[in-house]
Amino acid sequence: MTKGQAISLQKNDGGSLTAVRMGLGWQAAPRRGLFGSRTREIDLDASAVLFADKQPVDVVFFRHLVSDDGSVRHTGDNLVGGVGQGGDDEAILVDLARVPVHIDQIVFTVNSFTGQTFQEVQNAFCRLVDETNGQELARYTLAGGGAYTAQIMAKVHRSGAGWTMTALGAPANGRTFQDLMPALVPLL
Amino acid sequence: MTAELVRGQNHPLSTVRLEIRVSAGTPVVAAATLSDENGHAQGVEWVAHPGSPTLPGLEVSRQAAADHRLAVDLDAMPASVHRVNVLLSLPTGDGGGPVSFGSVPPPAVRVTGLDGTEVAGYTVTGLSAESAVVALELYRRQGAWKVRAVGQGYAGGLAELLTDQGLPQAQQLAAGINEAVAQGLARSVPAPPPPPRAPDGDRSRQAAASALGPDQSGSAYGAQGATGCPAGAPTGSVPTGGPTDPVPAAAVPTDPATPQPAPPPPPATGGPVDYVHPGRRNAAPPPPPPTAPPAQPGQPAPPVAGDATGWSMEERLYNQVWGMFEDLARTTAAYRSAVDFADTRMERELDQVLSDPRSRIGGQGDAAREAAQARHIQLVDQARQALERDLVQLGAESDVVEPALPPAYARWDNPVWHAYRVPMEMPMALRLGDLHLPESDSLRIPMLVRLPLERGLWIDSGGTASAEEPFTDSHELRHLALVSAVAHTARLLAVYPAGEFTVHVIDPAGSGAQALAPLVRAGVLATPPAAGAAGVADVLGRLTQRVDLVQMAVRGGVADALPPGFDTSQQLLVVNDFPHGFDDRAVNQLRYLADEGPAVGVHLMLVADREDAAGYGPLLDPLWRGLLRLTPVPDDHLADPWVGHAWTYEPALVPPGSEVLQQVLAQVAIARTKHT
Repeated sequence: MTKGQAISLQKNDGGSLTAVRMGLGWQAAPRRGLFGSRTREIDLDASAVLFADKQPVDVVFFRHLVSDDGSVRHTGDNLVGGVGQGGDDEAILVDLARVPVHIDQIVFTVNSFTGQTFQEVQNAFCRLVDETNGQELARYTLAGGGAYTAQIMAKVHRSGAGWTMTALGAPANGRTFQDLMPALVPLL
Repeated sequence: MTAELVRGQNHPLSTVRLEIRVSAGTPVVAAATLSDENGHAQGVEWVAHPGSPTLPGLEVSRQAAADHRLAVDLDAMPASVHRVNVLLSLPTGDGGGPVSFGSVPPPAVRVTGLDGTEVAGYTVTGLSAESAVVALELYRRQGAWKVRAVGQGYAGGLAELLTDQGLPQAQQLAAGINEAVAQGLARSVPAPPPPPRAPDGDRSRQAAASALGPDQSGSAYGAQGATGCPAGAPTGSVPTGGPTDPVPAAAVPTDPATPQPAPPPPPATGGPVDYVHPGRRNAAPPPPPPTAPPAQPGQPAPPVAGDATGWSMEERLYNQVWGMFEDLARTTAAYRSAVDFADTRMERELDQVLSDPRSRIGGQGDAAREAAQARHIQLVDQARQALERDLVQLGAESDVVEPALPPAYARWDNPVWHAYRVPMEMPMALRLGDLHLPESDSLRIPMLVRLPLERGLWIDSGGTASAEEPFTDSHELRHLALVSAVAHTARLLAVYPAGEFTVHVIDPAGSGAQALAPLVRAGVLATPPAAGAAGVADVLGRLTQRVDLVQMAVRGGVADALPPGFDTSQQLLVVNDFPHGFDDRAVNQLRYLADEGPAVGVHLMLVADREDAAGYGPLLDPLWRGLLRLTPVPDDHLADPWVGHAWTYEPALVPPGSEVLQQVLAQVAIARTKHT
């Protein structure tokens, strides 16, 4: 999937996607210092912002793990990353059937909370998965992606009765999703 | 003069009234058998054990403990008794504990006079695979009594030991003793109690909810805004019940009377390390929860009671109720958010129409206005449909869950209360009333609070902000407040096992006599309601002293060393008409009880109008905030822990004309008399 490409989340058999997961994975920083105690940990954070008509209504991130309506859930903050062999270290689950009727777009972002740019982080990726069958819908490699600390990854928006996903892949800078809002709104 | 005995050695006894003190460092069962001159026990009636603790001249403890004091009066022994064998055994029951004396410190047994002077002592050393031991025997020799250190262990446990005593029914008796001990364990005062019943399954849908910190709301139900303060008192500091971080289980107040499957043995000095997780129930995996039958295509699965995680049906229902609570809070949040958005959008569009000069020409303005309104209606309709879809499902779930609830979770009008029996175990939680939201008036969520209560209750007898007309009569409201306090108290009494919940009432002016009558008449109170300043001071003084004593024991790690006969039950103090009859000293004591009491099993239920205590100024604000405010009439002052909606609380009251409260209390009273 390339930047700006849109895919419909209608399934081939005509059914609509009901649940998607945004996964974020990266490799923990190598141990440094005499006893490995002086590591510079890498903390990447995944967030999802819910918009109604370009107005942010709710946000799911490490301080607010479940949207008020319960349709979007963050599985919990990971502060250090994983071993870097493919698994999601943070994930956000979206139950599309339960998203409130006025929410028309959900934007997924990734931020480097500890400030390392994606050049410095190893094996970082984010992806969108059809939660019902585990099929990967989109995948970005963040590592080596440039001197940025954030990426606006993709948006899922209503089209007709179902949902469509558009890959954004826009680089940005910021510590949390708030810093991204100016960069985010024009992409809606 | 103390004699330190070695195995086989004997020592004369100068007195016939003795105490035998056991300190084992780990919970053990202490029992005694009587034997005739041939060394045979004549039957089960010659055995004093936790299930049958008294014999003439002999009394043992009802439960396993690290320390025991056995009272012995040798003069009171029947003439045919020639020997008293003092036995120790390790409790069996549901695992986790040590299985042999080899893995625990050697138990020490001392024989003392009633004044505490030590006569003889014996440390039972050299045990390995044995799980029961005859520690001492007291025996007649030429008209006088002597003590001998025996130290005879049995790897086959109590059954083998009792067989050796010549008891034909040894097997059944041993099983009976272990059974009695297991029941006693469930209500003993644990030394370092693990978090009260925090099973893993509890973290399913509402981990944050059930473990809210006492600094925030104590229970999951937060106080909601201004309604907590009649007469427009300042509200800035009232917590708003938003989501908070769960408290780690270890921070949950330790409670001396918390039932627990098996108190973990304290680390045995010198003994092997016990790797068993203290909070882990060493039980077989729970039976699978009832699963919903397969859904019809295109239909949600029909709901089933108990369709949640948990180790028992009770816990599953608890989790299911909390799941319904969260689902209703969230689906309503979605609906409200959508309607808000629709309103704002329509306003903006109408403003645009007004400010657009073209709209004044012809029908364009009207058309635009209608279009905006149509868009509003359409969105609200969609939101309403989504809400209805969820409400139908939750309603169906509620319809199957309500009838399946055990008494502690059930409304008073539930038939389960008519089949009420005094329980053997404290339930996880208690229903204090119902919660509902204006969007779903008919869907009532049981308001369950964990037991033992983590914070006191305040039944507000003052005017509520949302109850406008019907209860302007303050006298009537005060009466209703006390009636609901009595209903809550009766419920608490009913769900605790006999003798494990003691209620004290302070009614300084005697104004609550009529409402309190059901409790007084049934005879379920510890003492008649205390009246006057002297009565207030007396009750508060006793409870304050108790909290202090138990705290000292728990901090010192010697919870087993509380005085013999110490009432280990949970205590509830119901105060009517606060602060009538309260001086400064009494108010301070009350605050102390509210702060320190819940951790050591002393709870507070205050029936009060905050305005009456206005004379104390801000001094009492922390007290009010520390209590869970309940109202005698429906009032929307409780916040859920997820979204913070204002939920309307309705107290659990006995339906008019129903005798269920009296029937239940009568059973409680009978069980109390049997127990004491």
